[in-house]
Amino acid sequence: MTIAKPNSYRSGPDERGHFGIFGGRFVAETLMPLILDLEQAYTAAKADPAFQAEMNGYLKNYVGRPSPLYFAERLTEHLGGAKIYLKREELNHTGSHKVNNVLGQIMLARRMGKKRIIAETGAGQHGVATATLCARFGLECVVYMGAVDVERQQPNVIRMEMLGAKVVPVQSGTRTLKDAMNEALRDWVTNVHNTFYCIGTVAGPHPYPTLVRDFQSIIGNETKAQMQEVEGRLPDSLVACIGGGSNAMGLFHPFLDDPTVEIFGVEAAGHGLTQLHAASIAGGRPGVLHGNRTYLLMDADGQIQDAHSISAGLDYPGIGPEHSWLHEIGRVNYLSATDDEALAAFQLLSKLEGIIPALEPAHAIAKVMELAPKRSKDHLMVVNLSGRGDKDVPQVGDILRGNSK
Amino acid sequence: MTTRIDTRFAELKKQGRSAFVTYVMAGDPDLRTSLDIVKALPKAGADVIELGIPFTDPMADGPSIQAAGLRALKGGMTLKKTLELVRAFRKDDDVTPLVLMGYYNPIYIYGVDKFLADAKTAGVDGLIIVDLPPEEDDELCIPALKAGLNFIRLATPTTDDKRLPAVLANTSGFVYYVSIAGITGAAAADANAVGEAVARIKRHTSLPICVGFGIRTPEAARAIAQKADGSVVGTALVDALKNSLDAEGRATAKTVNAVAELTAALAQGVKGAKQAAE
Ligand SMILES: Cc1ncc(COP(=O)(O)O)c(C=O)c1O
Repeated sequence: MTIAKPNSYRSGPDERGHFGIFGGRFVAETLMPLILDLEQAYTAAKADPAFQAEMNGYLKNYVGRPSPLYFAERLTEHLGGAKIYLKREELNHTGSHKVNNVLGQIMLARRMGKKRIIAETGAGQHGVATATLCARFGLECVVYMGAVDVERQQPNVIRMEMLGAKVVPVQSGTRTLKDAMNEALRDWVTNVHNTFYCIGTVAGPHPYPTLVRDFQSIIGNETKAQMQEVEGRLPDSLVACIGGGSNAMGLFHPFLDDPTVEIFGVEAAGHGLTQLHAASIAGGRPGVLHGNRTYLLMDADGQIQDAHSISAGLDYPGIGPEHSWLHEIGRVNYLSATDDEALAAFQLLSKLEGIIPALEPAHAIAKVMELAPKRSKDHLMVVNLSGRGDKDVPQVGDILRGNSK
Repeated sequence: MTTRIDTRFAELKKQGRSAFVTYVMAGDPDLRTSLDIVKALPKAGADVIELGIPFTDPMADGPSIQAAGLRALKGGMTLKKTLELVRAFRKDDDVTPLVLMGYYNPIYIYGVDKFLADAKTAGVDGLIIVDLPPEEDDELCIPALKAGLNFIRLATPTTDDKRLPAVLANTSGFVYYVSIAGITGAAAADANAVGEAVARIKRHTSLPICVGFGIRTPEAARAIAQKADGSVVGTALVDALKNSLDAEGRATAKTVNAVAELTAALAQGVKGAKQAAE
């Protein structure tokens, strides 16, 4: 299928929240007035310099931005090709890129007078970021997390509880991220009057995919300026892992209209694309779930299928709608990495650079291991190191010692 | 266009009585039992039948209805078989209005045009698709109206007077007022608040207004029937079905009756409610 190229890849969505056929607002009527309110509040906040100034203050002094753009010399030498830079989102307060978005949404919630915040979380990073900012601003916080993820991401569960959040293990369905999102939507429908739903990725009903992207775009904007400073030019390629796709969209978006920049998103191929996996673009097709139309893993009857990834943060049967559009229009190249490839990359980065990555960006590193050797030595490749591996240390330790599958 | 739904509400109006609307999940716990249940509903006093389309991720439904959907899916139910169930029901009953209720994805994957054609010939009268607000009317609502099916929209406590006209614009058959901001199976709203909401909606439309979510007992159904043109009961029927299953979740000799008996008791509560209110 050929689709006409747009003048700009950065102008979406349209006013109804559509990126091509993707996106939209597929939610119960109860939520619609709230979603329209949120859209209005966001439009007003965006136009308000005081909002931006307040956010910039917290980004600098609370989150610790800008995050460094680090030249990974030993990894570069080892792979023998492209010059690899790591965008160090794992150095942010709370340990991942998730905090950028949560800060923005909590500022919005405050503007809207909401006192109760709910969130869904897979790896727990979004939950931790939300619990953190709720603590900082004295807001009630409830985090929905699949019971399976509560098991495999214990360190984050404990952190959230220490921060004063209530973590609700979700027992329905596959007991992972998609079910946590269902449960959060149910809570929102029930408590719509006083509750703000802080979504953790570039998915959900419009305006979430847009506002999360905007809040995360600081990653790409900083990268652009930092690369200009150290190398005097744009990078040649970008690589980021994709759960829902927020760290990827944050890095990619500012570069979408720079045609020389090659862009790669890396989905989780789990046990392999012909077996259980979480690669919605590679193994799914367009459908409607959680408020938006996007690529989804499903059966012939439109029932949503179980996703699987070693990484709880990538274990979701969908992807943000803007990614689906960027895939169909051919601007971004979507690849996938298996559990085993991610584990190997996790170990390689730890040993070569002294940086223990989260299992999520380990998927991106896994593809860098394939891509970088094929590029020339003056090729500048940026990988989004979306989070640090502290939360994964017990799980990976068990696997490496053979105590787990 | 006059549908079975229009005809039924016109009759009820003439009789001065409120409708009793039942919800059950298609294929719960298996196709055969489910068909027997649907057939039993009109005899037990249901005026309108809502038939759930099973879906893995029913985000506006509570645990009972989600479990019913998963039982049905486990039993091999699909959207295609849901339409077969409707066709089988229509062999003996050409008057009871039947509305499919569910989520958009299975329909989108089936193909909207093919679905509407197949639903119409199977004998479906209307659709309630929870995750299609008026903002997404182009998807299914407009094509459904063109295909001669009613598209029944939910109005909720958060739907204010400003928004109501948009919600009602392409609604037909009846308006489904969700009496609480919440999921199915949650606590019931109080009848007086419902009465006020119904009066408010009536200022914007002449369509019948049915009220659902949280009605479980004949008394509650009666109280709502006095305020609205119909009351909808779902979770209580689904729970009655579930309680009749064996340890493996299979139907037993009691299953069809369990649903029919509760339906009869609820219908008894609704009938005569308008007169009792006078
Ligand atoms: C460190 C890290 N990276 C990536 C992700 C995936 O999310 P997204 O694709 O929205 O960046 C997660 C999600 O939990 C995460 O914790």
